[in-house]
Amino acid sequence: MTLTRRTFPGFAALFSMPFAWVLLLLVVPYGIMISVGFWTRQFPLFYPDFQFGNYAQIFSDPQYTTVILRTLKIAALVTLGALSLGYPLAYFLVFTVRSAALRNLLYMSVVVPLWVSYLLRAYTWKIILGTDGALNSLLVSTGIVSAPLDIFLYNQTAMVITLVYIFVPFMVMPLFTVLDNIPRRLIEASEDLGVGPFMTFWKVIVPLSLGGVIAGSTMTFCLAFGDFVAPVLVGGPDGTMVANLLQTQFGAALNWPLGSALATLVLVIVLVLLQISSRLDTAGRVELT
Amino acid sequence: MTSTPIVALERVAKTYGVFTALHPTDLQVEEGEFVTLLGPSGCGKTTTLRLIGGFEAASAGRVRIEGEDVTERPPYRRPVNTVFQDYALFPHMSVAENIAYGLSVKSNNIPKAERQARVSEALAMVGLEGLTHRRPGELSGGQRQRVAMARAIVRRPRVLLLNEPLSALDVKLREGMQVELKRLHRELGITFIMVTHDQTEALALSDRIVVMNAGRIAQIGSPSELYDNPATPYVADFIGATNLLDGQVIGRDGDEIALRIGGGTIIRSRRGTAIPADTKNVILGMRPERLLPSAPDVANTLVLTVKENLFHGDRLRLELTAEGIERSIFTELPRTAVAAVSSVDPGSSLVFHIDPTDVMVFAGEKNP
Repeated sequence: MTLTRRTFPGFAALFSMPFAWVLLLLVVPYGIMISVGFWTRQFPLFYPDFQFGNYAQIFSDPQYTTVILRTLKIAALVTLGALSLGYPLAYFLVFTVRSAALRNLLYMSVVVPLWVSYLLRAYTWKIILGTDGALNSLLVSTGIVSAPLDIFLYNQTAMVITLVYIFVPFMVMPLFTVLDNIPRRLIEASEDLGVGPFMTFWKVIVPLSLGGVIAGSTMTFCLAFGDFVAPVLVGGPDGTMVANLLQTQFGAALNWPLGSALATLVLVIVLVLLQISSRLDTAGRVELT
Repeated sequence: MTSTPIVALERVAKTYGVFTALHPTDLQVEEGEFVTLLGPSGCGKTTTLRLIGGFEAASAGRVRIEGEDVTERPPYRRPVNTVFQDYALFPHMSVAENIAYGLSVKSNNIPKAERQARVSEALAMVGLEGLTHRRPGELSGGQRQRVAMARAIVRRPRVLLLNEPLSALDVKLREGMQVELKRLHRELGITFIMVTHDQTEALALSDRIVVMNAGRIAQIGSPSELYDNPATPYVADFIGATNLLDGQVIGRDGDEIALRIGGGTIIRSRRGTAIPADTKNVILGMRPERLLPSAPDVANTLVLTVKENLFHGDRLRLELTAEGIERSIFTELPRTAVAAVSSVDPGSSLVFHIDPTDVMVFAGEKNP
């Protein structure tokens, strides 16, 4: 399509702002980040360069690989946790709750916490799981334990619990949408053909909701993968995640080239995941007629 | 009826809160019958079908299939299968997988080879060989309809329930599928219970038609019984077209009664014997095709004025009025008969004759 003289000024006026926005705040920063990843550090300064030393360091130093693998593990556990809580919840909302008003109310109550500050919600778990926290108070007052326990907070379990709590709405939202879009008559058709509720769930509902599972899992995984608050608030000494490591390189360690290389690696991992997710989603897509 | 009906509804009712979808209803369907539930939307026909299929729980009464009480049984424990209105094919499965779906249940215990044989047989029966690997999204409306049929009959149900099976198809296709349905019914030899709002479809396909209105059965009968002897003005109007006129009984003479319609015209009927002796106000029903143009000296005539004439190819449809009669009267003249009358231009006066045996009489004050 060629732009005629008459439409060009209008076109420019309409799109120059968003175009400039994307260029200045996305493309240019990515460019800077990727190129700084190849620079050399000579403490306390960095020099423009093109060498793979930073990447070599990331892959050879077990400190970095351990953290990256741990982050992948925690993100996977969070995704699994959010899925195993979110799917039954979304299923319950769509298929069990009969009243539309009640369904919307319950759905909103799942989504509304997103309006509350993320930090506040993460901090809540510090209060619940801490030595003087709500959980210990309950256990002591009911006599299950005699003295408060310090096993709940400052470990990876606490991180997974906190992150599942924070990101579960991102799992529920796409699941709710796909389940709600499954025509009820397909379920009736399955039962009509002699298939009971359990097999109907596996053979009709699950396959038709895979798109939501993929979308929700991708979002939850990527969000959990890049999280740096939970490790700080509820994570223990072995709770460092890749985002914390990255933050350190730009702060205390003052190694921007290494930090940039690490950030580029995180970006690549997330992009690969998104690509896989989109492939899976396309392969599994069906036309709901 | 000596044998056990294959499907029996005993005082079955369905209410949703304060709304009654189906008043207590009795219905017996015999083995091998093609029964149609016919009525306008909201008449309770779909509710009735869903009660038989098990998709709705009856608020009262019992549903029996093959004599067994299935009222409390879920759909997957009833020996019936359904062809859904919009087919409800599984979009994530191929045609063959859709059809085999109902055979794969463990409790059926059908060996794989037999399953495949039955799927092929069902595909052949509906003429869909060669499309086995397509997804429903890649099929035309008519093909989807056939898949839905195959999927339902492959389980060899005792009763096939069809919910508006042809309504999503265009007119040409619908006529072709009517023939197919009739053929399938004959070849399978099982009971068909179909829901439709299309009286032509019901008349063409059914052994018996159940006409429903406002959650009740209005009349049950064979297509010709319903057409020739409708029990109520509602049925007369719903099955085919009927001119319904208000009238008063002014005299009886043996099996004939004399009726006055507006404007002093007297019409005689031989079909009013069932009308109670003290009834005065009645409703007359006259089929358009029974109103024939005639010479002025023939008895039982109506003088009518042409209001409009509509060209229908082989025939003319006339809208006629008469003094003292509020509603227009419709009739159809074959083109060959037009030459016999003086003029069919609007405003011209024509004399029509109707045989006393063709004048239907219903007790009641008001036209429906």
